[in-house]
Amino acid sequence: MSAAGAVIDRPGPTIGNRIFRFLDRYLLVIYTLAAVFYLMLPVLVMSMFSFNDPSGKSNVVWQGFSLNAWLHPFEVNGLQKAVTTSLGIAFLSTIIATALGTMIALALARHGFRGRAVTNLFIFLPMATPEIVLGASLLTLYVAIGVPPFFPLNFLTILIAHIMFNISYVVVTVRARLAGFPIHLEEAAMDLGANEWVTFWKVTFPLILPGVMAAALLAFSLSIDDFVITNFTGGTISQTFPMLIYAKTRIGVPPQVNVIGTIIFVTAVGLVAMSTLVSRAQAQRDQRVARRLTADEAAAA
Amino acid sequence: MGAFLRRHRGLTPYLLLAPGLLWLAVFYLGPSVQMAVSSFWSGSLEKGYVFSFANVTNYTKALTRFEPQFLRSILYGGAATILTFLIAYPLAYAIAFRGGRFRNLLLFLVIAPFFTSFLLRTLSWKIILGDVGPFLGPLKAIHLLPDDFRLLATPIAVVSGITYNFLPFMTLPIYVSLEKIDFRLIEAAQDLYANRFGAFQRVTFPLSLPGVFAGSLLTFIPAVGDYVNAELLGNPDTTMIGNVIQNQFLTQNNYPTASALSFLLMAGILIAVVVYARLLGTEELTAGGA
Repeated sequence: MSAAGAVIDRPGPTIGNRIFRFLDRYLLVIYTLAAVFYLMLPVLVMSMFSFNDPSGKSNVVWQGFSLNAWLHPFEVNGLQKAVTTSLGIAFLSTIIATALGTMIALALARHGFRGRAVTNLFIFLPMATPEIVLGASLLTLYVAIGVPPFFPLNFLTILIAHIMFNISYVVVTVRARLAGFPIHLEEAAMDLGANEWVTFWKVTFPLILPGVMAAALLAFSLSIDDFVITNFTGGTISQTFPMLIYAKTRIGVPPQVNVIGTIIFVTAVGLVAMSTLVSRAQAQRDQRVARRLTADEAAAA
Repeated sequence: MGAFLRRHRGLTPYLLLAPGLLWLAVFYLGPSVQMAVSSFWSGSLEKGYVFSFANVTNYTKALTRFEPQFLRSILYGGAATILTFLIAYPLAYAIAFRGGRFRNLLLFLVIAPFFTSFLLRTLSWKIILGDVGPFLGPLKAIHLLPDDFRLLATPIAVVSGITYNFLPFMTLPIYVSLEKIDFRLIEAAQDLYANRFGAFQRVTFPLSLPGVFAGSLLTFIPAVGDYVNAELLGNPDTTMIGNVIQNQFLTQNNYPTASALSFLLMAGILIAVVVYARLLGTEELTAGGA
């Protein structure tokens, strides 16, 4: 068969193909915008209702514009304490889980050892366990121990739970960044006389820092938002922000809660935007330095 | 420290693993074992508990008594998983292949809802789906819908709440597997006279299946165990197994039955994970694809 014949033999556009091409070209863009709108809609509604004036009624129907909740965010009983508790648990669990998880990620990404497959499965399991089972099983352990500091439930019992569920997420995040890590840089440091300790802090750590920061950010947002596990592992002594929201759903969530939710959202988005801009600026600076060095070399030659 | 490590090179990975794995052993594995033990208890919180294998009846009793809730959880979780897949796949496809320079921004927008409290987002759906809310209100005003039509407190509201909540869990793994595809394979298919739909059907979609599996697992598991959506958006006839576990644990203090229920849920999920690991290997589980 001649080459020209082959071109003619190419199957003509079927109906499926035509539909696919149309979808591919125009509808995907519209679809993406609609999907993003769908994802952001509840966030917009939440922020909007922080400006609502529920005037005694529960905050589910728009009544009128008011800045009252923004001017007096902590007017609600227990709100300030709940936010402080949430922030404390989020900070502590982030620091501890990030340290423990980064170490595991380093071991998994850099070392061959016996029991890798089991370790991988063991790290994955807490992420695959429904939150309700994680919380409930920890509760049975605390109840079975039955003595302080594990029972009655308190700040520490929540913190233990948050570190536990955060470790796996840190491992996964840091490990993703460790893929393709330039091991020869560490070897170069060792060749130049640095020991393992110095090599780690001067070479390895600065290189994996972006991954570690991303993991810490994830851990922090998971911790500050967690309700299900916290509801099981926290009693009446320590109340976190999500626990307070849940308690208020029965009698109506005050707009002040929406104010705090909006502040947390804007802060988190701001932090991510800032870290992206900083790392982009760094990459550009590195490129400039590299270009100048090559130019200098060329000039010297 | 350095000298010790030099002499015992092989120890380094274990030293790195030890603290984290120990934490997980004590506070993840330990509680699971405790829960298994508790599920064979009889007695009450006040009178104390007795362990006996004869209490295997806790399981059979829990299964028969809460069978509707178990079935409903699987049904709602399954429906939500299928819906998230249908919504997430075109989105992940668009970001991976048409995202261009907006790719990172779009990915960020997919996960951005996570920066708001899960409870507040679910409460927002309560406002949006409300009987005279911004969605139903106008449709009722122009008499497209009868006045007593409602979405809130129906299974539809519960399933759509779950679908919304776990959409990013489905989108990200599919995106990762689509993004990894070597574009030359798709070009090769087209060179070999596949039309674009054929190339998608025979090349792109099969190569994205690991992401679809991972996303389905990451969505289905928490969806089956979820109780917040059923609690806030549903009614007493839409309770799921999570609501039962929460009620038995926190209100009834019926630890044996609650433990048996949690263990049944966990066992089902373990089977799913093991099947996944057999099909796709354990490295995929933590290598960043999920």
